[in-house]
Amino acid sequence: MKNPIIQFENYTFKYRTQKEPTLKNINLTIYEGEKVLIVGPSGSGKSTLSNCINGLVPFSYKGDIKGKLTIKGKTPHKAGIFEMSQIVGTVLQDPDGQFVGLTVGEDIAFSLENDCVKQVEMKERVYQAAKTVGVHELLRHSPQELSGGQKQRVSMAGVMVVGCDILLFDEPLANLDPATGKYAIDLIDKIHNESKKTIIIIEHRLEDVLYRDVDRIVVVANGGIVADLTTDEILSSNILKEHGIREPLYISALKYAGCQLKKESKPSNLNKMELGAFQCAVRDWYQSVDIKEKENMNSEILKVSNLSFGYDDQVEVVSDISFSIKKGEMISIVGKNGAGKSTLSKLICGFQTPTKGMILYDGQDMISDSIKERAEKIGIVMQNPNQMISKSMIKEEVALGLIARGVAPEVIEKRVDDTLRICGLYQYRNWPIQALSFGQKKRVTIASILVLQPKILILDEPTAGQDFRHYTEIMEFLKKLNKEQGITIILITHDMHLMLEYTDRAIVIADGKLIEDNSSASVLTNRDIIEKASLKETSLYDLALRCDIDNPTTFVERFIQYDREVRSNG
Amino acid sequence: MKKSDIRSVAAIGIGTALFILLTLAAIPVGFIPNTQLQTRVAFLTFMSAIFGPVVGGAIGFLGHAIADASFYGGVWWSWVIPEGVYGIIIGIFALKFKIEDGGFGLKETVLFNIAQVVANIIAWIVIAPILDIVIYAEPANKVFAQGATSALLNIITVAIIGTILTKAYSKVKSKTSSLSVED
Amino acid sequence: MAKLLTYSEKNTWIHRLCGVTKLIFFILWSVVGMVTYDTRVLGVMLLLSLILFKMSKTDYRQVATIVKVVGFFLLINVIAIYAFSPGQGTKIYNCRTVIFHIIGPYDITKEQLFYEFNVILKYFTVVPIALMFILTTNPSEFAASLNKLGIKYTIGYSIAIALRYIPDVQNDFNEIKLAQEARGIDMSVKVSLPTRLKSMFAIIFPLIFSSLERIDTVSNAMELRGFGKNKRRTWYSEKKFSKSDYLSIIFVILSSVIAIIITFYDGNRFYNPF
Repeated sequence: MKNPIIQFENYTFKYRTQKEPTLKNINLTIYEGEKVLIVGPSGSGKSTLSNCINGLVPFSYKGDIKGKLTIKGKTPHKAGIFEMSQIVGTVLQDPDGQFVGLTVGEDIAFSLENDCVKQVEMKERVYQAAKTVGVHELLRHSPQELSGGQKQRVSMAGVMVVGCDILLFDEPLANLDPATGKYAIDLIDKIHNESKKTIIIIEHRLEDVLYRDVDRIVVVANGGIVADLTTDEILSSNILKEHGIREPLYISALKYAGCQLKKESKPSNLNKMELGAFQCAVRDWYQSVDIKEKENMNSEILKVSNLSFGYDDQVEVVSDISFSIKKGEMISIVGKNGAGKSTLSKLICGFQTPTKGMILYDGQDMISDSIKERAEKIGIVMQNPNQMISKSMIKEEVALGLIARGVAPEVIEKRVDDTLRICGLYQYRNWPIQALSFGQKKRVTIASILVLQPKILILDEPTAGQDFRHYTEIMEFLKKLNKEQGITIILITHDMHLMLEYTDRAIVIADGKLIEDNSSASVLTNRDIIEKASLKETSLYDLALRCDIDNPTTFVERFIQYDREVRSNG
Repeated sequence: MKKSDIRSVAAIGIGTALFILLTLAAIPVGFIPNTQLQTRVAFLTFMSAIFGPVVGGAIGFLGHAIADASFYGGVWWSWVIPEGVYGIIIGIFALKFKIEDGGFGLKETVLFNIAQVVANIIAWIVIAPILDIVIYAEPANKVFAQGATSALLNIITVAIIGTILTKAYSKVKSKTSSLSVED
Repeated sequence: MAKLLTYSEKNTWIHRLCGVTKLIFFILWSVVGMVTYDTRVLGVMLLLSLILFKMSKTDYRQVATIVKVVGFFLLINVIAIYAFSPGQGTKIYNCRTVIFHIIGPYDITKEQLFYEFNVILKYFTVVPIALMFILTTNPSEFAASLNKLGIKYTIGYSIAIALRYIPDVQNDFNEIKLAQEARGIDMSVKVSLPTRLKSMFAIIFPLIFSSLERIDTVSNAMELRGFGKNKRRTWYSEKKFSKSDYLSIIFVILSSVIAIIITFYDGNRFYNPF
C-alpha cells in the first residue's frame, strides 16, 4: 500500500500579491489509499496547501512556486487544472457556491457533461453516484429544496462520479448541524473503506472528524508543517493546543485530571481507549472541583408565550412555544437546520407576525411595535457580516442606524465612539472595513447594532466557520458585553461546544416545538433530546460513564467551569 | 478555455440573476407618476465597467429579456437590444481603466460619467426609439420623449449609484498599506 | 417581493416539446407579431395563441397579476400615443374620418381608433405565447437545448446559472432588507428621495458585494470540475427532437411565411379598410 500519491518536496509558494511566501519549504508525502486529516488555524496555509493539490494554485491563484510537487506522477502546474480535476476531486466548503446545477441530477453530472460523456452513460453513472451518498431519490430536486447536508452529499456525488483517485474535503463540517456532520464523517469513512480512494480532510473541528478513524493528522502552522503523526501520537502531545487547535473535550478532561497520555493507551478513540489508572484520576479530579453558586437572576426581560406561526394554514413552522429569559442571561437556542430557530428569532424581532401567542418585553406586549422600534430593544446580528455591511468606513457603518433615526450629530459622534471602545474597535475607527479580519468585521456588525442600545442581542451562528482562536475572540467579547454591559444575549447555534462553554441554559427546538429548556450540560447528556434535535452528545458524557461517575451532567458542568477558569487565566 | 472566460460565464450568470431581481428594487421618484430610478441600470454599468463589454452586453440583453418575460409577460425587443448595447459601450470604454487596482480617482470618475451619458443617449434616445418606430410604428415624438425621459433618469441613477458603487469597489480592491492604529 | 413567473411541471404535448422548439416558436411568433400590422393576421394569431394557451392547461390565476400589469401598461401606452400624436392613424391610412372633436388638434378619428386597436392587438398576440413559453419550459432542458441552435454553450450555461441563483439572490435580498430595516432604514415611499436613495444603498451594496464573492466561488467550482475543457459539452437534461417538435417548427415557419405574404400583399405592413 505504501505507494506515494502526493509528494511535496521542499515546496514553497508565494502569492503574487503578497510579500512573504504562504507555504514554506513543505515536505509531505501522502500514500495511496490513506485517509489524512489536515488541521491548522486560520491563516496557517492549510487552504493554500489544498489549493496546491487541486490545481487552483497556480491557475486561479497566481504566484511563484519553488520546489517540487508530484501528484500521481504529474506536476500540477504543468498538467493544468483540467487534468488535475481528473485526479483530485474537491468538495468545497460553500455548499451553494459548489452547487452549480439547476437540479441535483445536473449538478452531479456537471463534470461528465464537460467531458462530453454520452447522455445514456451519464444518467447511469449519475444514478450510481447518487445512490452511494443516498440522494438518488432527489435527482429532480432544485438546490433550494435541499438541506445543507443534502447539498453536501450532492457535491460528494459530483466528484465521485468522475472516479478521481484523490478526494479532497475542504471544511466539510462548516455548515452542518452536529448530527448531519456526524453522518457526513460516516459517509466519508464509508467511501474510503469501499473505494480505497485517498482521502484528505481539511477541518479545524478535530473532535467531530475523529468520530471515525483517520490514518494520520498533519498540523500546519505559519506556512509550515509542524507535525505529521498518527492520531494517538498527536493526542498524547500538546502540539494541538500550542497551535491554537482545540483538542477533543475528553482529552482536555483527562489532561486536567493529570493523566499522562501515551500513544499506547490509544487516546484516539474514547471507547477503545485503555483508561486503567486514569479512571481513578478522573474521579478524584471530579470530586476536587468546586461548584460555584450560580448567580440568581430574577427580573424577566423577555417572555414568549404560546407563540405559533405558519406561512400557510397547514404547516406551523413555530408551534406553541413558551419560554422566558431573565435580564442579563446568556442562553442558546439550538436545534437542527430548519427546526424553526430562525423563524423564532424573526418573530421576536418583528420581521414576521405570529399567528398566535404573545411576546412580552419587560412585561409589555410588543405586538404593536414596528421593526424599527423593536430594534431599539432587541438587536439581531446576522450570520454573515458581509450581508450587513453597507458602508466602506467603520465609523459610517456604526453610525448608520443613528443617522436613520435622525439623532443629533454630536450625540451620534459620542455614541459611536463609546460603542467602538466597548467593541475594541476604537483604534481602528478611521479604517476602511475591508482592511479588517472576519472576526473584526463581525464586531463591526455587532457594534452597529449595539449603538442603538438594545437590551437584548440575538446572534445567529456568531462563530460559524471560525477557527478556535477567532471563536474564542468573538465569544469572549460577547461574554464581556454580557457581564460588563449587562446585555442579555441569545445565541442561535448548532455548535455544541459554544453552547456548553458559554451558555448555562439552552432552549431546544425540534420541528417547530420547544422540546427542552434546561441547563446546557443536561441537554447534552440527554440521549432522547439529542436524538430529536439532531444534536451530538458530548464526549465528556462518555468519559464520565467510562469512569463510573454516577452523575455525568454534574461532571460536564464541573469540567466547563474548570475549563473556563483555566482559559481565562491564560 | 482560460480562467477569465470561466469567470465571465459565472459573472454573466450571477450578474443576470441580480439584474433581474434589482428590477424590483427601483426607487420611485415620487413627484412624477410612474417614473423610477432603476437601480439595475447602475448595477449593469458597474458590472460592465469591471468585467468588460461581453459580460456587460450579455447581462443587459439576457437580464432585460428574462425580466420582461417573467414580470411583464412579453419581451419588448426594442428596449432589450439597447440595454445590451449600453452594456457593451460601457464595457469597451472601461477597458481602459484599472478599477480593480484602485485607479478610480477624479479623472476616471469624470470619464466614467461622460461614458455613461454618451451610452445612455445612444441606447435610449437613438436605438430604442428607432426600433420602436420600425417595429411598432409608434409616433416618433412619443417614443423620443419616452426615450429622453428614460435616458435622463438612467443618467441620474448611474451618476449617483453607479459612481458610488464603482468607487467603493475600487477602494475595496486597492491595497491598504498606509493604515495605522490610533489611540 | 413580487414572485417571478417560473416553470410549472405539467404533462401536456406543449410541455413535452423541446425548449428550443418553443424558443423558435416564440421568436418567430414575436417577429411576425412585430412586423405585421395586418388586422386579419393579428386576429388569427391572437385566436391561435389563446387556443395554445388553453391547451397548455395553464391556470389563469397563475398569470392573472401579470395580465393586469400588462393591461395597465398598455392602457398608459395607448393614451400616450394619442396624447403625442392624435393623427398617427391618419398618417398611416391616408384618410381622416372624424367621429367627434375634443379640443385643439385632438379629434377622435376612426383611423386613430383603428390604429390604436391594432397596437393593442399586437401586444396581445405575443403575451399568451410568452407566458406559455415561460410556464411550460423546463429551465434545465432549455439551457441544454440552446446548444441545438448553435449558440455557444457558455451562453447556455450562463443562463442556467442565472436561473439557478435567482432564488438564492432573492433570499439574500430579503434577509439584508430585514436586517437593515431593523437598523432603522426606512424603505417606504413616505421619506424624501435622497433618504430613499440612501436606504436603497444600504441594501444593494451588501447584496452586490456578496454576489461578487459568489462569482469567484462559482467560477472556482466550475473550473475544478472541468468546465470549458472541450469545445463542446453534452447535457444531462437534453431532450431529443420528437415528431411533434419537427411538426411544430414546420408549422410555425409555414404560418410565419404565409402571415408575412398576406401582410405585404398590398404593398405595406398595414391593412387598410378605409
